[in-house]
Amino acid sequence: MTGPSIETVGLTKRFGKFTALDHLDLRLQGGKCVGFLGPNGAGKTTALKMLTDMIFPTSGECYVNGISVQRSRKRALAAAGVLIESPEIYPSLTPTQALEMVADLRNMSPAERHDRIPAVLAEVKMTEWADKKVGKFSKGMKQRINIAAALVHDPEVLMLDEPATGLDPRGMAEVRSIVRDLKKQDRLIFMSSHILQEVTDVCDEVALINHGKLLFYDTLTNVTSRFSHAQTTVDAGFGRPLEAREIDDRIRPLAGLLKVEPLDARRLRLTFQGDPGGQARLLRQLAGLDLDLVSFQESKSALEEIYLSQIERGD
Amino acid sequence: MASPSNDAPTARSELPQRTLLASWEQVLKLTRYQLRDYLYSRRFILMLGIVGVIGGILTAVVAYFRPVDLLADSGSFYATLWGSGVTVVIIFAGVIFGGDAIAGEFQNRTGYFLMGLPIRRATVYVGKYIAGFVAALTAVAVFALLLLANGAYYFGANAFTAVFAESFVLAVVYQLALLGAVFLFSSMFKTSTYATLITAVLFLFGFSLLQALIQGLAHTTPWFVLTYADTIIGGIFNTSCATSPGTHTCSSPGPGGTTFTETVTNASIPEGVGIMLAYFVITAILGLLLFEREEFA
Repeated sequence: MTGPSIETVGLTKRFGKFTALDHLDLRLQGGKCVGFLGPNGAGKTTALKMLTDMIFPTSGECYVNGISVQRSRKRALAAAGVLIESPEIYPSLTPTQALEMVADLRNMSPAERHDRIPAVLAEVKMTEWADKKVGKFSKGMKQRINIAAALVHDPEVLMLDEPATGLDPRGMAEVRSIVRDLKKQDRLIFMSSHILQEVTDVCDEVALINHGKLLFYDTLTNVTSRFSHAQTTVDAGFGRPLEAREIDDRIRPLAGLLKVEPLDARRLRLTFQGDPGGQARLLRQLAGLDLDLVSFQESKSALEEIYLSQIERGD
Repeated sequence: MASPSNDAPTARSELPQRTLLASWEQVLKLTRYQLRDYLYSRRFILMLGIVGVIGGILTAVVAYFRPVDLLADSGSFYATLWGSGVTVVIIFAGVIFGGDAIAGEFQNRTGYFLMGLPIRRATVYVGKYIAGFVAALTAVAVFALLLLANGAYYFGANAFTAVFAESFVLAVVYQLALLGAVFLFSSMFKTSTYATLITAVLFLFGFSLLQALIQGLAHTTPWFVLTYADTIIGGIFNTSCATSPGTHTCSSPGPGGTTFTETVTNASIPEGVGIMLAYFVITAILGLLLFEREEFA
């Protein structure tokens, strides 16, 4: 193996009779960002916790950079930055002290700490809070410090469990921007998320699990083309109210259209079978109808369509 | 299996290669940060407040009543005030610095911050134990200084005796054992309240009750109870037959001019130290094993 890697081999976790994760075989390698998707209770956090030795597998094993987490957690996690379950930081510490502790336990030299701690605090926009006690911070501010703690040693491998949790919309956008910057630097980022837009924005590959089983793992491009038969839904807006007769006689007969739902007098939700080419054709046809088309946008992303169809199939 | 993405990543900034710290080095570092957390926290001020209140009450009572027996010599003075007071201070210190030490990592979710680091669970346990021990020892030392100051007022230079130093060492051994037990309870529960409550109840009342029952009903030496061992802290001053270490036949005046004799069994010094160390070793091993197996689920 070359480059950073994460691997799970037959990773299984049972809580009593409930199987949270069922023989997960996943191999991620090289500098990229992999989105780990799945509904609540699918097994995402369970897998990440086993990858960081916070919980123990019922069977199977996981490796970071080829080192078994279960057999040698200390060596395996040396190159990893971890953010699981929005941790709390000792309330009497300031962000600088908390990061000092992390850096010190990771054996970073005083010179490195001097450089890296202000840098990561700036990266997560917490410089002005660097010397205030964490105890009074909001959830979002603590999460920024947690992200800084995961980054302080410039890790090769990053495992992030819903890093945008607790952040406001601006904070979420900043986290995406941070992750985008990180993946340019030959890091392997494994990030669980509920937010499909986040995964679409920053990830190169996506792994989808449901009921503890891996449904697929592939590049975003391959996933989209592989499931291109999926339906696409677009919302079309018009400059004037449409009459029922116009919808029935002129819009419903358009090629490829499966469903037409009026959202209000001026907006329609159109469902059609097809790929981006089909979407372009539909737009051209609608524009050609002279119905004062003013907007045309996907109501769900391709990934969202695939996500929902795969999860529903599994349920 | 997927192929890597098309965007070729740029080289990561070159940082010096770091070697992993040895576990004992991590223990020392973690102890330092944990101790700083304790010393700057409200709990340390609370502990000093408790020491101040206990020391203040003892000072005030002795100053007001001037009991002749107690002020006869420094041995009697320390046997009563230090012997009974320090065990209470140690129990409070154990509860305050150990009750939530491990349980709190789960309950307050601070464990998720530590456990993402390349650090063994045993390192976390030992580092926290040492920090808790040092913080508790500071409280015990402050209590000792308060009593020494009192002793110096009543007995002058005679207040500073070797026996007091020996008793202080025994108190430290007792603290080692008690904190070991507290950490064990803290590992057993994921809720700090349970761990704290069980420690307080067990050490303030439970063990004493158990000891009385065993001695009174079963007529057996309760060598396995920690409070049986802690009597050596005050007993070492050898000021009364009833509290001196070892087995003695003690006589006291009975009704109608008779003499009442009874055999009193207290832990001898080696026995008491042995029991305390056994408690420390056994609870430390059990607590560590539990923490090693505990899941952050």
